[in-house]
Amino acid sequence: MILDGKAPTGDIQTSWDRARFDMKLVNPSNKRKYKVIMVGSGLAGGAGAASLGELGYHVDCFCYQDSPRRAHSIAAQGGINAAKSYPNDGDSIYRLFYDTVKGGDFRAREADVWRLAQVSNNIIDQCVAQGVPFARDYAGYLDNRSFGGAQVSRTFYARGQTGQQLLLGAYSALSRQIKNKTVTMYNRREMLDLVVVDGVAKGITVRNLMTGEIESHWADAVVLATGGFVNVFYLSTNAMGCSATAIWKASRKGAYMANPCYTQIHPTCIPQHGDKQSKLTLMSESLRNDGRVWVPKKAEDCDKYPGDIAPEDRDYYLERKYPSFGNLAPRDIASRAAKEQCDDGRGVGETKRGVFLDFQTSIDRVGQPMIKERYGNLFEMYEKITDEDGYERPMRIYPAPHYSMGGLWVDYQCMSNIPGLFVLGEANFSVHGANRLGASALMQGLADGYFVIPYTIAPYLASLTPGEVKEDHPEFKKSVEDVKGNIDKMLSIKGKKTVSELHRELGSVMWEDVGMARSDASLKNALQRIPEIRDEFWNNVNVTGGPGELNQQLENAGRLADFLEFAEVMATDALHREESCGGHFRTEHQTDDGEAMRDDENFCYTAAWEFKGAGKAPELHKEPLKFENVKLAVRSYK
Amino acid sequence: MNLTLHVWRQKGPQDKGKLETYPANNISSDQSFLEMLDDVNEELIKKGQDPIAFDHDCREGICGMCSQVINGRPHGHEERTTVCQLHMRQFDDGDEIFIEPWRAKAFPVQKDLIVDRSALDAIMQSGGYSSCHTGGVADGNAILIGKPVADYAMDAAECIGCGACIAACPNSSAMLFTSAKVAQLAALPQGEPEAKKRVKAMTQAILDEGFGNCTNHYECEAACPKGISVKFIAKLNREYLKSLVPTSTES
Ligand SMILES: Cc1cc2nc3c(=O)[nH]c(=O)nc-3n(C[C@H](O)[C@H](O)[C@H](O)COP(=O)(O)OP(=O)(O)OC[C@H]3O[C@@H](n4cnc5c(N)ncnc54)[C@H](O)[C@@H]3O)c2cc1C
Ligand code: SF4
Ligand code: FES
Repeated sequence: MILDGKAPTGDIQTSWDRARFDMKLVNPSNKRKYKVIMVGSGLAGGAGAASLGELGYHVDCFCYQDSPRRAHSIAAQGGINAAKSYPNDGDSIYRLFYDTVKGGDFRAREADVWRLAQVSNNIIDQCVAQGVPFARDYAGYLDNRSFGGAQVSRTFYARGQTGQQLLLGAYSALSRQIKNKTVTMYNRREMLDLVVVDGVAKGITVRNLMTGEIESHWADAVVLATGGFVNVFYLSTNAMGCSATAIWKASRKGAYMANPCYTQIHPTCIPQHGDKQSKLTLMSESLRNDGRVWVPKKAEDCDKYPGDIAPEDRDYYLERKYPSFGNLAPRDIASRAAKEQCDDGRGVGETKRGVFLDFQTSIDRVGQPMIKERYGNLFEMYEKITDEDGYERPMRIYPAPHYSMGGLWVDYQCMSNIPGLFVLGEANFSVHGANRLGASALMQGLADGYFVIPYTIAPYLASLTPGEVKEDHPEFKKSVEDVKGNIDKMLSIKGKKTVSELHRELGSVMWEDVGMARSDASLKNALQRIPEIRDEFWNNVNVTGGPGELNQQLENAGRLADFLEFAEVMATDALHREESCGGHFRTEHQTDDGEAMRDDENFCYTAAWEFKGAGKAPELHKEPLKFENVKLAVRSYK
Repeated sequence: MNLTLHVWRQKGPQDKGKLETYPANNISSDQSFLEMLDDVNEELIKKGQDPIAFDHDCREGICGMCSQVINGRPHGHEERTTVCQLHMRQFDDGDEIFIEPWRAKAFPVQKDLIVDRSALDAIMQSGGYSSCHTGGVADGNAILIGKPVADYAMDAAECIGCGACIAACPNSSAMLFTSAKVAQLAALPQGEPEAKKRVKAMTQAILDEGFGNCTNHYECEAACPKGISVKFIAKLNREYLKSLVPTSTES
């Protein structure tokens, strides 16, 4: 089937304004009759729930943590982009739009990206009004820094805790609505099914993680803002609880999964040490503003103390390969370059999977206090984890799974192919194409939540009678039965392997075969291994405890079960996409100097996969992509 | 290294609970404290026993989810460190470690080391915001904010809402947590117009949620993983006094 994103046509610069004007509105006094479910309280969900509540809709908001303030958006460090052009360095909405389309390697929908760039400026204003303490200069003006893939300084930040501050802003707006009773907050609830009635999303089934109770919740529209899925790799920069569960359950009910093979491997993470690690820690990309990346030129120097390696024996490979962007080359490129150096035997550290991130040049230029002022908390975190002082000797970094560009397919209104199911933030696939630029996920989450969904949900709601389907509908009962049946099944296996052992196995397959470099052979191997691990899970997992209690093993088991199905679609998508683009690198498709080779003739489309049953091949639907404003070109950062 | 753990086990909110002893063997000094507990749990599962329940999520010291009293101190003895950022290199072979949940009337234990901290959300809901609407706000540079003020607000805003300050306080006072939000918003021009209303509402919420009074022990600051300073408590007290004095535009 050919999918239609229903993006506005014609002049891009007026596209969002025209689309907004054409949208039906819901009469203010009718709004309170509509109930909207928001799953997720991160930047996208928190901002969305607060804004919809303020408009007068009745919102039920869900998260799995004990408070909405703990969504993983809290962990974002570096910053958020906006096209304010305060530094007068040539930025504009058009340039942000252009950079994002190009940065995404021409695999995103132009109109969606335009909208994002346009509302980016409103986001900064909104956050300032909430009391977000962005960095300022001595004259009192907002300060900016640069991020990868851009030659302008458009990133706003709050020390190394930008995500925290933006999320606390959204959380404060949400708290205000909870107080005003327009939003009801359900903490410690995990969505375990989407309820679809006659093809339309009408509610969700959740587990109360404190009591184990399975609950039904109805609504006139369901919005998912449940974050990313890179924990499919087991080790990633995501929080332990991040999962594909919500979007996967929706996919099982018919929502299409778009471009799941587009995953971002972030270049600057603390390298893995030992085999007992439970997660990987990101060192913000902003460090690349002042840090220079290098490895020794000679393999025999790799064990030397870095300070003892002479300048002429160092290979500043990013500066060498990409002179115009240098250390600020986009993430996919920087990650692959690091892998290349290590594959070449010039990696550093205990495992030889690491490269140096060196601040000496900047310390010499601006002094250590300035570097401390900019990134102090990151240096502290680095020292806590590695026991090394990043001011004294270069940090060691290595790429790690970080972000999912892919996600549920949505049209321009952020609505999936299931009417009434909307998807926001990292959970959808929309704006980042095959690679996301730094500081643009926070921008997308808040854009979707504050400035997109409040408009785009209205035409859908206006088209229906509120409250037509409620919890007494047989589909809700059936969904509860299904969820309970699945839980009982997992608890009854009582096999020999723990959930985390099996998750590690899946993770290592995904990292080796569906990671930074993928080939026909590796992907076919993954497609054989994933169902084997899935079988083992369903026959040999040991989940302790019972269903009707706080049971963290059961929570993890359910998330792993979903990853084990989702992983197969991811590998299938990667195998089908016979080109390299952005975060998806197929070793068969590269230029002589190892750069990604896109195939616009055959693959200039979004791949949206329809679930056909576990172990069955999913069906591919395509949304062709048109580039009318930014000309399709080979992406070059040289 | 090999360690002996004494861990608080409690089946549910009504259960009395008690300390149980477990060995933690072959622990590497590179592991984090929670990774050490993961290991212990894997062992328990293999033996068919119920693993230890504890809250955690980001494991990088920012979400505020992790919450354990280690050897009598919330988040353990290392300064400015959450449990998830505590590493085993801080311990020695043969150590005995006591692990307990946050203890406070307002934080009822749910299971093992997991407590209910919704009282903190309730304090925030009482007034921890500026009442701006989505959209229709001024340009971010329309009101200048000097760097010292922005930095002061940021110092306060770093609170991760973990509740260690309350667990450390002999009175279970939520003063440090609350004062951080009051101070951040009162310092900024965007939050100042509602400062009086906010400080009254939030201090009232502290009482309503069952937290104790602040009697200046300052255990909170010592336990805080983000180094939130008690100077914000002084700021809260000043803001509170100000709120009692009507200004000429209030009748
Ligand atoms: C370490 C790190 C640093 C980053 N730094 C930056 C940066 O500097 N700049 C930038 O732009 N981006 C950054 N990112 C990316 C960015 O933070 C995320 O993409 C973005 O915050 C995602 O927001 P979200 O609202 O979509 O999801 P999240 O914030 O992940 O929120 C997901 C929400 O969904 C809920 N949820 C999930 N599943 C369920 C379920 N089944 N049932 C109920 N609730 C559920 C969760 O409880 C949570 O409330 C970073 C990411 C990481 C991991
Ligand atoms: S003030 Fe410190 S200890 Fe208290 S909640 Fe905030 S971060 Fe935790
Ligand atoms: S787990 Fe997030 S702060 Fe410790």
